[in-house]
Amino acid sequence: MTSLLVVIVLILLGVAVWQISKIYTLTQIGAGAKIDDSQVANDRDNKVNGYLMFGFLVFIYIFTIYGLFKWGGLVLISNSAAEHGKDIDNLMIISFVMIFVVQFITQALLHYFAFKYRGVEGRKALYVADNNRLEAIWTIVPVIALSVLILYGLYTWNNVMFVDPEEEDVLYVELYAKQFSWEARYAGEDQTLGKANVRLIEGVNTIGVDMSDPNAKDDIVTSELHLPIGKRVVFKIRSQDVLHSAYMPHFRAQMNCVPGMVTQFSFIPSITTAEFRQLPETVDKVAHINELRRQKSIELTAKGEDALDPYEFDYLLLCNKICGSSHYNMQMKIVVETQEEFEEWIASQQTLYSKVFPPKEETETQQPEEVQKVATDSIQVAIR
Amino acid sequence: MSAHTGHEEHHEEHHHHKDTFITKYIFSIDHKMIAKQYLITGIIMGVIGVMMSMLFRMQIAWPEESFKIFEIFLGEKMAPGGVMKNDAYLALVTIHGTIMVFFVLTAGLSGTFSNLLIPLQIGARDMASGFMNMISYWLFFISAAIMVASLFVESGPASAGWTVYPPLSALPQAIPGSGLGMTLWLVSMAIFIASSLMGSLNYVVTVLNLRTKGMTMTRLPLTIWTFLITAIVGIVSFPVLLSAALLLLFDRSFGTSFFLSDIFIAGEVLHYQGGSPVLFEHLFWFLGHPEVYIVILPAMGIVSEVLATNSRKPIFGYRAMITSVLAIAFLSTIVWGHHMFVSGMNPFLGSVFTFTTLLIAIPSAVKAFNWITTIWKGNLQMNPAMLFSIGMVSTFISGGLTGIILGDSALDINVHDTYFVIAHFHLVMGISALYGMFAGIYHWFPKMYGRMLNKNLGYIHFWVTAICAYGVFFPMHFIGLAGLPRRYYTNTAFPLFDDLQDVNVIITVFALIGGIFQIVFLWNFFHSIFYGKKAEQNPWKSTTLEWTAPVEHMHGNWPGEIPHVHRWAYDYNKPGQPDDFIPQNVPMREGEEKLHH
Repeated sequence: MTSLLVVIVLILLGVAVWQISKIYTLTQIGAGAKIDDSQVANDRDNKVNGYLMFGFLVFIYIFTIYGLFKWGGLVLISNSAAEHGKDIDNLMIISFVMIFVVQFITQALLHYFAFKYRGVEGRKALYVADNNRLEAIWTIVPVIALSVLILYGLYTWNNVMFVDPEEEDVLYVELYAKQFSWEARYAGEDQTLGKANVRLIEGVNTIGVDMSDPNAKDDIVTSELHLPIGKRVVFKIRSQDVLHSAYMPHFRAQMNCVPGMVTQFSFIPSITTAEFRQLPETVDKVAHINELRRQKSIELTAKGEDALDPYEFDYLLLCNKICGSSHYNMQMKIVVETQEEFEEWIASQQTLYSKVFPPKEETETQQPEEVQKVATDSIQVAIR
Repeated sequence: MSAHTGHEEHHEEHHHHKDTFITKYIFSIDHKMIAKQYLITGIIMGVIGVMMSMLFRMQIAWPEESFKIFEIFLGEKMAPGGVMKNDAYLALVTIHGTIMVFFVLTAGLSGTFSNLLIPLQIGARDMASGFMNMISYWLFFISAAIMVASLFVESGPASAGWTVYPPLSALPQAIPGSGLGMTLWLVSMAIFIASSLMGSLNYVVTVLNLRTKGMTMTRLPLTIWTFLITAIVGIVSFPVLLSAALLLLFDRSFGTSFFLSDIFIAGEVLHYQGGSPVLFEHLFWFLGHPEVYIVILPAMGIVSEVLATNSRKPIFGYRAMITSVLAIAFLSTIVWGHHMFVSGMNPFLGSVFTFTTLLIAIPSAVKAFNWITTIWKGNLQMNPAMLFSIGMVSTFISGGLTGIILGDSALDINVHDTYFVIAHFHLVMGISALYGMFAGIYHWFPKMYGRMLNKNLGYIHFWVTAICAYGVFFPMHFIGLAGLPRRYYTNTAFPLFDDLQDVNVIITVFALIGGIFQIVFLWNFFHSIFYGKKAEQNPWKSTTLEWTAPVEHMHGNWPGEIPHVHRWAYDYNKPGQPDDFIPQNVPMREGEEKLHH
């Protein structure tokens, strides 16, 4: 309701300003001997707006500085939880330095000129039509600056996107997206993901793994993503229905999930969840968020609603491609832990095979002959 | 000074047909009337689009709160009890994007000013085909009507984002808006594209063939250059969107599999096999990216013209400006992949598109520096159009600079589809193009309606808009860098983002103030059409040909002969000449030097 009031106040404010300007123009007619209602800017307009232009420059600078101080702490730069993230963050910082320098100079020139050369009746403007040297300068300077950015950018991009197929000791994980949740599939002992296709979805086999594929025997499907620190993780990404995007901002990682194809992204987690929670920035952020939540809870309980749970930091996998009604709430918790903790966790998980074919009525009867028939040429091979 | 002063004696009725109300105001073939029709339709669509953004901004700032205003505008179904539903939110952002990009900033901007200015500034009686021009407008009107009608269908309008990526846009099971609403969206766009192509072809033919005597290509005002190149870019890229729309229509209605494959939804496997949504993304962005230049180039032309006129100086680097527009237009057709760095396409393609994308910064920088140099040592007449032009340069720089982050594939990984993108493109092509449009309206209103807009209301309009535009989009960079995805109905599902909430409130307050203050403009515009002060023939003391035509509109634009052109469009304060400006139709005087290259 308060916001509705705000809107009403704004409307009234607008009306008031308009009325004032109206009164102002009326007084002008009465006061001045010269009535200027040509609606073309005169010297007074030039002066007022020239000063305002200068004021606007100050506004931009102050707003920028205010933003950096007030909101600069919110941004995810320089606390990357993945190894490649440091390169991305460096590149980001270099780009931002460049942006701020150029922004600072060009906005200053633009608005200062607008102020300095505000029109005065009778003054002649300088006739200058072109200057090839100047044009050359401001073609070449951006060329040099951009060459640096392009080269560094491509170098980083290739490093991030390149996955060495020969590399040993890699963890293969399938990320499976569907409206509106995620699942993860681990390759298991054999380090190879079994084939899968949405046509094979049935019962507990919610992600359509081809159970006839020997590689699928030891695959493990989970609803939480656990990753060991310091080991390369290669994500094989699939979608069941529409486009989604697997977005892991803390790891500087994102890749779309495309029905009908397998996409890929890879990184090496470099900070465990426990360590990340101890970082001073995280501690501050969590304390701040919890303070906000505490205040909100007081409001809520006053209205007789449930209080909010306190917040504890966790890495998250978010959906970042519009995917339907509950797009805003499609998430999965990511836990980065030590190798030992990870092994312990994965050992405690049931394989999909044992879920599909519970041990008691195992073998003969349920051997998936039929499934094989359905799995024709369309089977996607999540190549190892 | 012959053609534009001795009008009375030439006042002959060389057109013998009589205008009825219908042929004059509705099915008009006169480019000036068609321009006004485009403008007013564009403004109406703009009001709808901006109001939608205010509604969904309120939802983001005060999530799931009840507002009477939601109930009024969205109805009981979309906002039961005044609380906006998540599907309504997605519908609003989708239609806001579609309306603003296509109906306001493409048709409303380019349609208005190309139609108004091309014949008047090149010295032509009318467009090459007045009839096709009329069809073009009415197709646009029909497509706008269909788009608006789609808001009222039972299952809601298209809700898959303005990019309408399948499968979301193809399957009604995926989101209710992908039912009839999406079909209407596609039909509307198909008609829109037909309209746009007819307009564009007309512009190109008119500029190339109907220039008056002496109007060489290098004497054209920059407005005409940008309109010409915009039209060419449109002709090259719009048909590709049409093909994408048709293929999507086939997938939706006839069961083909161009964009769909291996889909399991609502408990069943669909028959689609072998298509790829990535193909749609390629087709969409092959238009979608040039589209942002279709939007911004006319604004650039208008700003160049207004800056020169009001600085009382020639535009700096006329030829460099043309070259940079050509370079931008060319590059714009080979950079679409930068919208798809994380779409799953081959990373090598990402490298190529990074390279081409960052190249665009070069001609853009040249333009920005040339504008700044144009006002350097000028005698700036701070008319509202001038303020919007300076504002456009400012927002174009602010928004353009972050393009080097988004265009860099490595950096795009982390900011793709976050609010950082929203901040970037709203500043660089949304607000900038809107400023260009406002500059054009304030500058050529006297030409359109023979009356002046109130300048004081114009000043209020500009300054509030300028502050609010920064207030809305500057903070978005921060929440984007904090990882907040776009198109989230509410951020409350992620406690991680709780500390961004007060930034979102600030943004919304600025958005509401800025949106509401557009009423000042609307009132000024519609009031001045009828009650504005009568305009002089050349109120801004401009050199271009449109100001040599009489204030009262007439078929054929000029009574008697069309003026001949003897010089370029930017002879302001020429040394050795007594006048502050020399119109293009004034012959070179004895001993007068040709000072530009």
